[in-house]
Amino acid sequence: MTSSAIIKPQKPWQASPRQRMNSALIFVAAIATSYAVVAATPMKGKLAYAFVFFVAYTAFDFTVNFISRGFAVAKDAVARAVVVVGISVAVFPIISILATVVARGWRGIHLGLFTHDMALNSVTDPINQGGLLHALTGTAILVLVALIISVPLGILTAIYMTEIRGRFVRPIKFLVQAMSGVPSIVAGLFILSAVVYPITKGYSGFVGSLALSILMIPTVARTSEEVLLLIPNDLREAGVALGGTHWRTVAMVVVPAARSGLVTAMILGVARIAGETAPVLLLTGGGDKVNGDPFHGPMGSLPFYIWKSYAVGTPESITRAWAAILVLLVIVLVLFVSARLLSERRSST
Amino acid sequence: MSQTLISAPESGIPVKREITTRPRRSDRVFRGVVTSGALSSLLILGLIFFFLAFQGYSVLRSQGIRFITGSNWQVVQDAAGNIDPKQTQFGIAAMLIGTLLCALIAIIVAVPISVLSALFLNFYAPPFFKKIMVAVVDLMAAFPSILFGLWGFFILMPTAEYWAKLIHHFLGFIPIFQVNPPIFTRSPFVAGLVLAVMIIPIITSVSREVFSQTPLDRIQAAYALGATRWSMIRAVVLPYGRSGIVGGAMLGLGRAMGETVAVYTVLNIVYQVNWHVLLGAGGNVASMILLKFGEAGPQEIKALMAAGLVLFLLTLLVNLAADLIVRRSGGKGR
Repeated sequence: MTSSAIIKPQKPWQASPRQRMNSALIFVAAIATSYAVVAATPMKGKLAYAFVFFVAYTAFDFTVNFISRGFAVAKDAVARAVVVVGISVAVFPIISILATVVARGWRGIHLGLFTHDMALNSVTDPINQGGLLHALTGTAILVLVALIISVPLGILTAIYMTEIRGRFVRPIKFLVQAMSGVPSIVAGLFILSAVVYPITKGYSGFVGSLALSILMIPTVARTSEEVLLLIPNDLREAGVALGGTHWRTVAMVVVPAARSGLVTAMILGVARIAGETAPVLLLTGGGDKVNGDPFHGPMGSLPFYIWKSYAVGTPESITRAWAAILVLLVIVLVLFVSARLLSERRSST
Repeated sequence: MSQTLISAPESGIPVKREITTRPRRSDRVFRGVVTSGALSSLLILGLIFFFLAFQGYSVLRSQGIRFITGSNWQVVQDAAGNIDPKQTQFGIAAMLIGTLLCALIAIIVAVPISVLSALFLNFYAPPFFKKIMVAVVDLMAAFPSILFGLWGFFILMPTAEYWAKLIHHFLGFIPIFQVNPPIFTRSPFVAGLVLAVMIIPIITSVSREVFSQTPLDRIQAAYALGATRWSMIRAVVLPYGRSGIVGGAMLGLGRAMGETVAVYTVLNIVYQVNWHVLLGAGGNVASMILLKFGEAGPQEIKALMAAGLVLFLLTLLVNLAADLIVRRSGGKGR
């Protein structure tokens, strides 16, 4: 009768209450030490608290583990603490950046931002005058033209690497890699020397888009390649087995199957270039009026506007710069999240 | 035999198709189009080299090796306003040294943090937390560089100045940490920190990828032999991923050397050779190009094109090295 009692499943890998209490005690002791040390010594500031806390926590953790379970486990505990510090230091800037942009940019946001341009205002005017319309339309046009140029090239490169797998796969992989490392200012100088001086002899949105496509092609190509590699080979074999030629198989089977992934690649490419500043500074001329014609006249854009407002340096213009950064950041965030959602839906189905 | 062939279409039996391994015309066109599209990257890189070299050729020719070793940048005009080719000097050594200095600081700061982050993401983080963190780190890689520049200037600079003073106070006896005159703002140190923040996501994601390829049997073998998590990492993961870390660091180095706007925002660009990392004077080829471009005359623009060519070749070289190293790591043990 007593033997029929249900045996509880054991989880020996879980921390026992005693171990949990130990680690809580270590945590509390480390906090106490950090307060005590900061109060007792001339060190001050958040950095001092964090530093002393980390040192104290590591030391206590090491000692407790060393006494209870030996040197190897103690080393493991120290390593865990160090690794957690590593990821915290890596993530801290992003939190700081997001908080700063929202806190400082918020003051410059008003409805007129999206309906006015800066044709009648200068960046030193009070914040509620003028707006970003010229910059938003300019960025949209720049990105659109760059998309039209770079998406076909990027996707063709990816198809070459996954579907044709010719002789040049390795060199092209390297070239794409090298192209993604081309500094943005070099792309700007290249378009300047190859297109602006010999041919157009003036600023326009189109030449800016050319430089941006150089930066965008590698992102599109690499992401598309990854997506196409995920398409199961069965699909390709089925296409060929049904009598499809290579061309029909790729165009009617592989690419449609990878459609959402290819859209993700485009979105990531747009996110990459939307905030690119250096080539825009060199090439587009940055007008203050809404300019819908990419081939003629200077064209404003968000990065140019941010740059210009920041360079002027009055309180109003810097608030304008932060507001424009907030808008830019929201755009990048929306693009990034939608790319994530798209690729997530693909992997779950 | 010939009779059946001729009569076949009339009786409704289809003609036997010729069986061949030769690709059809549609396939040949397809292959041609895709291959030429893929070779566009070669074409673009080649054109970049050609046009920058073409524009910068006269300057490179007149300056010779001094363009890389000299550190004077002066345009001398005679009374009539013509440029005097004898005294005009273009040398980018000071800026090259500045570029390397900033990029090295960035690497020294970023690599340990990135490797630790990658280890955390792969071996310590709970699954849901890992997913969020990976997304956050990837998002950071997509931030525009001007954002890092402004953040570095307004937020990081005051803190970094304090750190710089601490370093100067405690380690000032080491020559590179000397600061004279005492200007701590806008130094290569601050620029290096901003660059480090920018390249941490890149190095983290490369190392994470390499670490995640560690053969599972080796990891489990290590655990089975009684390893703790840390001794497993030291015995299995780090040796396996070492060249991946180095390759990721090289990629980050390439990115750091070519960065323009963020460096321009935080660095006080002074045209001199400066090895003192905490002193508020330095330079970077890319930001120098942006700085001088505004008021440059035709001859100076050619010199800037030549500087762009040097920068292009430098990043190409670093990327080539990174590619070779990362590739070597991928082939091992799989």
